[in-house]
Amino acid sequence: MTQERTEDRLLQKALVGVGRLFFTLFVPVTAFFIFFKIFIFLRDGNAPQLVMTLIAIVWGVGGVAALYFLGYWLISKLSGKWNKSLLPYLFVGPALVILAWYLFIPTLRSLYLSFFNDTSMEFVGLANFLYCFTDEDMLISYRNNLIWLIVGTSFASGFGLLIAILADRSKFEKISKILIFLPMAISFVGAGVIWRFVYEYKPAGEDQIGLLNAIYTAFGGTPQAWLMIQPWNTVFLVFIMVWMWTGYAMVIYSAAIKGVPVSLIEAGRVDGAGEIRIIAAITIPYIKGTIIAVSTTILIITLKIFDIVYTMTGGLFDTDVVASMQYKQMFAQHDFGMGSAIAVLLFIAIIPVMYLNLRQFGQQEGFK
Amino acid sequence: MKKRKQRVNSFMVNGLLLFLCLVWTVPTFGLLMTSFRDRDVVSKTGWWTVFTRPDQAELTLDNYEQVLSGKTITLVDSKGNQQTVKGDNLTRAFLNSLTVSIPAVVIPILIASFAAYGFAWMDFPGRKVFFILVVALLVVPLQISLIPLLRDYGRLELTGTFLAIWLAHTGFGLPLSVYLMYNYISQLPRSIIESAIIDGCSHFGVFWKLILPLSVPAIASLAIFQFLWVWNDLLVALVFIGSKPGVEVLTQRLLYLIGSRGQDWHLLCAGAFISMALPLMVFISLQRYFVRGLLAGSVKG
Repeated sequence: MTQERTEDRLLQKALVGVGRLFFTLFVPVTAFFIFFKIFIFLRDGNAPQLVMTLIAIVWGVGGVAALYFLGYWLISKLSGKWNKSLLPYLFVGPALVILAWYLFIPTLRSLYLSFFNDTSMEFVGLANFLYCFTDEDMLISYRNNLIWLIVGTSFASGFGLLIAILADRSKFEKISKILIFLPMAISFVGAGVIWRFVYEYKPAGEDQIGLLNAIYTAFGGTPQAWLMIQPWNTVFLVFIMVWMWTGYAMVIYSAAIKGVPVSLIEAGRVDGAGEIRIIAAITIPYIKGTIIAVSTTILIITLKIFDIVYTMTGGLFDTDVVASMQYKQMFAQHDFGMGSAIAVLLFIAIIPVMYLNLRQFGQQEGFK
Repeated sequence: MKKRKQRVNSFMVNGLLLFLCLVWTVPTFGLLMTSFRDRDVVSKTGWWTVFTRPDQAELTLDNYEQVLSGKTITLVDSKGNQQTVKGDNLTRAFLNSLTVSIPAVVIPILIASFAAYGFAWMDFPGRKVFFILVVALLVVPLQISLIPLLRDYGRLELTGTFLAIWLAHTGFGLPLSVYLMYNYISQLPRSIIESAIIDGCSHFGVFWKLILPLSVPAIASLAIFQFLWVWNDLLVALVFIGSKPGVEVLTQRLLYLIGSRGQDWHLLCAGAFISMALPLMVFISLQRYFVRGLLAGSVKG
């Protein structure tokens, strides 16, 4: 009698256990199934655009949040010890997996692929890199990228500093800063349209509709096709970037300038220094660290510049840069080996900045 | 304070500032004016003639109608001439841009906030190594990932789907997002979090009920950042959406317009302005948060 009871109870326990397990498995499986079904619907579905937009947004955002809840629910089913050691990975795990998949591992894979041919089937050793350092178009792209780095960084940073200093002394500070800052919100493609229009060329005799030629001819010049004059055309492209990123530099410099202690400036005035002297001898040395940081950020942007060149000239008239050469190798030539090799070069160029970042991080001591 | 703002040579300062402001705004202003001008005059006279010869201005909204419409439409100009033109369907591209942008902003911020909380307030093996990895990845150029990811996407049949581009923007935006969110979340007072845990709240509960609401300022500035980056992106869209017409975003359509209608400035200008309108609005209304985010340190790969 008692034995039967215990057996009954054991059976009951087992059933409950199996039921629980089944339920624990059933929930995630169903969830994934629903995610997948909606994904297929989004990929192949034919509902009106607005409906698709809404479903896609809810699916994408809600899906990710749901995954976290699901993960938490599963972990909370585990015993205390497991729960405690697994929970941190629920928090950082998804980010680490995505970082590994999208940035860390691809870096190694690109390095690997750069030693192979266009279809990645045949090992070619350093042939891709050899081409990168001998091909004439590649050499031109290095020259152009160098122009971008030097002209772009110095002018964006310089104009930013100049405007920050001017605005600090003007009663129109607020409005002028907004106007200079505004181009940051515009895409490189949008800026491309704006500046193609400024550089627009019509043969002499016709009315010029491009602003630059209109001004140039008003002062007696003959109209120029600005984007075809080598190598100055690259400089004309660089100025689009300068136009967009000066606002960034200005905002940061402006905040830094306001942090210069008034007592220092007062002391300079008492000693009889003029405004320009104060700026050169007090303000600029004081914000030196900021100037280096801002210039580094702009340097990285110019190094990877792609959109402006691709939109404005498509690399014609010798305006290609390294990133646009990479894109061409990838899509026009379908040469994955060469495309990877050029990407690796970009990566190598950025390593010093990465090193500086890490060193600074190590010195911070903020991370215990 | 008054002395500091001493307006020495205020005429020169303001004059130079005004000149620079003009150089910075006139190009955009020209684009805006052109987008409202009649198609026939745009290619013949400069946009500034609207002010020099206002009698010949001929302003119109036809250009917007044409670039936005998905169908063939008939336009009537000021002289009564009828013209049938093909629309460029930027409406669809606009909606696609929205579909790409909203999840591509929310997803990385959510994932980054979780990770930032983990790094800031939880202890686990590998914590320091993983965070150093995040800092190292801050400046990695995304070009290095394009070919390997393209191969993965090809195998998973993801190319040309919204999921593909959300994930790509998430991956490329994560290092900066984790870094900025960590800087913010790790500065929150320890006592708040500890007392909540003592009260029996789990880490998960603390995160949803306490940390996320407290992090709204950081989230706002990061969201504007990521939104501008995603909305204005061209390269990632070109690589992972390709030329799939139903999914193409605004920047891609605009690039296509430049290629196919390179001299139709009335359409290009209207199209460009449509692509700029939303980010400009977001930017102007939320500028404060954006500046705060910039000042919190920003280098992106």
